[in-house]
Amino acid sequence: MSATARAKVAAGAAAIAKPAAKSSAKPAAKPKLAIFGAASCGGCDIAIVNIHEHILEVAAAFDIVLWPTIMDGKYSDIEALEDGEITVTLVSGSMRTEETVRLSRLLRRKSKFMVAFGSCASEGCIPGLANLSSRKDLLDTAFSTSSTDNPNGIRPVWEYQAPEGVLHLPEFEPMLRTLDQVVDIDYTIPGCPPESKQIWAALQAVVAALNGTGPLPPKGAILGAGESTVCDECARKRDVKKIDHFVRIQDVAGFDPVICLLEQGLPCNGPATRNGCGALCPSVAAPCIGCYGAAEGVVDYGARLMSAYASVIDASTPAEIDKILDGIPDPAGQFYRFSLAGSLLRGSKSAWQNDGE
Amino acid sequence: MSSQAPVAPAPAEAAATTATAFEPVIIGFTCNWCSYRAADLAGTARVKYPPNVRLIRLMCSGRLDPTFVLKAFSEGADAVLVSGCHPGECHYIEQNYKAMRRFQLLQRTIEALGIEPGRLQLVWASAAEGVRLANEIARVTEEVRALGPLNWPAASLVDIDEVNLDAAWEATGGDAGGPPETAGAVNPDHAPRPDVVAAAVVAK
Repeated sequence: MSATARAKVAAGAAAIAKPAAKSSAKPAAKPKLAIFGAASCGGCDIAIVNIHEHILEVAAAFDIVLWPTIMDGKYSDIEALEDGEITVTLVSGSMRTEETVRLSRLLRRKSKFMVAFGSCASEGCIPGLANLSSRKDLLDTAFSTSSTDNPNGIRPVWEYQAPEGVLHLPEFEPMLRTLDQVVDIDYTIPGCPPESKQIWAALQAVVAALNGTGPLPPKGAILGAGESTVCDECARKRDVKKIDHFVRIQDVAGFDPVICLLEQGLPCNGPATRNGCGALCPSVAAPCIGCYGAAEGVVDYGARLMSAYASVIDASTPAEIDKILDGIPDPAGQFYRFSLAGSLLRGSKSAWQNDGE
Repeated sequence: MSSQAPVAPAPAEAAATTATAFEPVIIGFTCNWCSYRAADLAGTARVKYPPNVRLIRLMCSGRLDPTFVLKAFSEGADAVLVSGCHPGECHYIEQNYKAMRRFQLLQRTIEALGIEPGRLQLVWASAAEGVRLANEIARVTEEVRALGPLNWPAASLVDIDEVNLDAAWEATGGDAGGPPETAGAVNPDHAPRPDVVAAAVVAK
């Protein structure tokens, strides 16, 4: 980014930092709702629509001011709102480009309640695995692999001087960040995507609080999920955990329908993952992959899971332990599939050592 | 670590630090029953070991949550040393085997995240092995010194908000450029990397 562009951004941030003294008290208007996708796959929006006819109640209760996935809207309309005029903003994606960060900051300023909606916003999710690579490697993969039809090696430029004026692309940030690493957030709704019934329960709680018929959840609360682990909800039978080998799901013809998958050697992330999904995956013999994020009180999801796995490995010499651990070929992916960007380390060394391309 | 070489502390500190050798910061987790007493014995017997290691006493090496290790790395430690009773001699029967398994799993994971496995070390030491522990601490210190600073920058970016970013931007001298102040750095070797702070500012 050029010095002038930086100055522009700095000036914009300074404008954002101005205190908001104005009141937003305007009579007889429905509370406003914004839903912003940021860097996401759109699955969260589908999960919201999956509350079926209840979506009409949402539309009846709220004036939807922004939801790019399903309706037209202009960022300038958001800029024109009073500070704090939006009652609830759901951000369902991660912070990947300068645009998503800028919009999230703008929405934070305009909103009373900022909600990290889904895994991307709350912990980085699958897009957060980009933090295993440098930005150069990511752009090389996107634009310069042998299967990419890009003979002139064209790369995106963040600023382009066209005859009509300077064009800007939202700059690709050095590392992906979670919403709470960028702005102050009020609530988190976990899940990839959040279960629709949980979304509806959370929205009902918000509406009840707005109507004065229910308590307002405390700041920082996790909405639409439990306070325990997936194992706690899982119907499978847990016995004495002693694992003498790990298997990959594609290498085994079938699993016992009753016994815990981890006890059968399938790396299952249930012990570290927050409940709320209903343990859907293990009920059909698929391992929990951790999409509901860290369980209550867990600081670092991967650390908790490593601790759980290491506790049940049935070996007591370094060589035996190594042999069993060879069954987990991709530890970073296994332990941080959804939570890398929100973890203590946030990414790999190569991502931090961005070469600045 | 040639790629770490260009890391430059703030100008004020630069003159003071370039002349001195890199002193790694090592967090050492010791168990109450063996390795902490070994360190104690080393002290009583006037056995010297490098002051680079900061010992933290746990009741057992099996108490070592991998979170402690990752937190140490993320907040500026150059290495983590885990020590406990020899296998078969655990005060809590077999918990040091859990420590061994966590250690091996952690080593694989940090390697996948680009941290040299040598920055996480496991040493067994009984309460009688003060000299052995001191020698091991000296060995680990020299190995880490050879690896160079880790400088994991996550700590300098925690809780970024507009105010912090503005402050970071001001600290760089705004558009005039120049490296940032060493805000929050306790050790000149661990100043926030200017390029990372600058990247965060640019990201604004």
